[in-house]
Amino acid sequence: MSLDVEAIRKDFPILSRTVRNDKPLVYLDSGATSQHPVQVLDAEREYYERHNAAAHRGTHLLGQEATEIYEGTRAKVAAFLGAASPSEVVFTKSATESINLVAFGLGFGGPAATSLKPGDEILITEMEHHANLVPWQQLALRTGATLKWFRELPDGRLDFDKSLVTPRTKIVAVTGQSNVTGVIPPLREIGELAHSVGALFLVDGAQLVPHHPVDVRELDADFLAFSGHKMLGPLGLGVLYGKYAALDALPPFLTGGSMIEVVRMEESTFLPPPAKFEPGVPAVSLAAGLGAAVDYLNALGMDNVAAHERALTEHALRALGEIDGVRVLGPLTTEDRGGTVAFEVAGVHAHDVGQVLDELGIAIRTGHHCAWPLHRTLGCQASNRASFYVYNTLEEIDALADGVRYARKFFRV
Amino acid sequence: MQLQDMYQEIILDHYRNPHHKGLRDPYDAQVYHVNPTCGDEVTLRVSLKDVDGAAVVEDVSFESLGCSISQASASVMTDLVIGKPVDEAMRIGDAFLALMQSKGQLEPDEDVLEDAVAFAGVSKYPARVKCALLGWMAWKDATVQALTTRNDSEDGSEGRG
Repeated sequence: MSLDVEAIRKDFPILSRTVRNDKPLVYLDSGATSQHPVQVLDAEREYYERHNAAAHRGTHLLGQEATEIYEGTRAKVAAFLGAASPSEVVFTKSATESINLVAFGLGFGGPAATSLKPGDEILITEMEHHANLVPWQQLALRTGATLKWFRELPDGRLDFDKSLVTPRTKIVAVTGQSNVTGVIPPLREIGELAHSVGALFLVDGAQLVPHHPVDVRELDADFLAFSGHKMLGPLGLGVLYGKYAALDALPPFLTGGSMIEVVRMEESTFLPPPAKFEPGVPAVSLAAGLGAAVDYLNALGMDNVAAHERALTEHALRALGEIDGVRVLGPLTTEDRGGTVAFEVAGVHAHDVGQVLDELGIAIRTGHHCAWPLHRTLGCQASNRASFYVYNTLEEIDALADGVRYARKFFRV
Repeated sequence: MQLQDMYQEIILDHYRNPHHKGLRDPYDAQVYHVNPTCGDEVTLRVSLKDVDGAAVVEDVSFESLGCSISQASASVMTDLVIGKPVDEAMRIGDAFLALMQSKGQLEPDEDVLEDAVAFAGVSKYPARVKCALLGWMAWKDATVQALTTRNDSEDGSEGRG
C-alpha cells in the first residue's frame, strides 16, 4: 500500500481510544463522517486561541487575520479542485445545503433566467443519496418541471440510457460515487451529454472528493457539492464549487448581511459570487480546520489515498464475499467503484449485525443510508455498510469479516 | 460481552416465531408506521369489542419488516394487549415506554410487563429504543383511531373495515 498507515493512525487521537468491552475502535464509517487528525484539531484551536474575530468586517488586526484564514482556505480548496479561481468556491453548511442552494436558484421564479418552467426536465439517478434527490423533487413541485432518473444495471452500475437526456433537460444532477454501492458513474460522458443539450451538470461529490483526485476542469461540472467533514475537516462546513458564470447566473439563496452591495428599505443589490451566497458571520474556525485537512490530504497525495482505498475495497469484497449468506450490494470489482461496501447478511437484519459488531468495537453504518429508493430497487430493506479512509487497515477488514461470521453464529443462521 | 443482555433468549424466540403475525379481518383501524432512520416498517390492525360498555382489544394483527428487536417487541406486545381492556393495555404500553426511556435504570415490573421485561437491556442502547417501540406506537395509534371511529359511529351504522 502506498500510504504509511501506521504513521497516519498516530495523527488521529480517536483511533487510540477503546469502545465497548474495552475493545479498540475499528472505525469503518467514514462514509458517514471521517475522523480528524491533530493537525485539523490544532488549527481550529489555534484559531480560537489567537485569531478569533468576525471575518470581512471591522478594522482590527484579529479581523484581518480571521479574513486571511477564511480566504486562505477558499484558495486552498480552489487549488485542491483545480478551480479557475477562489471565487468559484462557496462555503455552505454542508453538501446538502450546497445542492439546495442550486435547486432553490433554479426555481426562484420571476425574471431569473435560470428558472425552470413546466415542461422542463430535471434528470438525476435512482442511486442518489436523499440529499441529491429530495431537493429536486421539491424543485419539480415548485416549478412544474418533470423529474426523471437513470436506473441501474443488474450489477448496480448506472444504466446510462442516453435517451433520458432531451432538449427539455435543464439540469443533470448525479452522484460522484454512490454512498451505498460505491459505484462511480461515467461522469465525463454524462456531463458532455448534458452540455450538448444546454443543460447544467451538477455532481454530488460528497463521497467522491474525499477519496479521489478531482479536477473540475477535467470533470467539466457546472457545480460540485461536497462536505468538509467527510474529508478530515470539521462538521458544519460544506462547499459548493461552481463555474463562475453558473454561480453568477443564480439568484442568492440565504440572504442577509455580508452578501449585500447596497441596501435600501425598498430593495437591495448583492455582491458577486462567492460572497453573494455567504450571509452572516463566516465560520472561520471551521475553515481553519478544513484548510488543515486539505493540507493533510495534499501531503498524502490524493492518488495515494485512492490507491490505498482500492486495496482496502478489494480486500473487503473478497473477505465478505467468502462468507456464506453475505450479499454485497453493487459491483464486485473495484473498477469505477469507491471504498464503500454495503452488504446484507441473510437471516440477520442490519441493525442486529451492527449491534453485534458494535460489541466487538467495530463501527459501521446500518439502515438505508439515506438512499431508500436504491435499496428498494436492490430488493434490500436495510443493509450494512463499511466505508474506508486513509487510516484503515487490512486487519480491520479482517476483523469486520470475523464479526460478520460471529453475528451469523449468534443469530444461528 | 453484553450481547446476551440485549438479545435475551425470549427475544430471539419471539423473533424467530412471532405471535399473531399476519394481517387479519375484521379490523377497526389500520396504520402504517416506519422508522425513518432504518426503513423498518409495520402495518398493524386493531379490532376492538365492547364488553359491558368498555372497549376491549379483540385482536391485533400485523405485517412487518425489521430487526429482531422490533419484530420480537411487536410479537410480545400482541400477547400483552389482546383480550385486555383498552385502558389497561394502554397502561401496560405506558409502563413499557417508561422502561424503554429508563436508560437501564428502571427495574421492570414482571407482573405488568411479562415477557416484555426482556427488553430492559435494550433501553441502554438509545439507537435501538425506537426499534422496540415501533410496534407499540403503531398499536397505540391504531387503537386511538379505532376508538374515535367507534365513538363517531356509535349511533350510526358504519361497517367495519
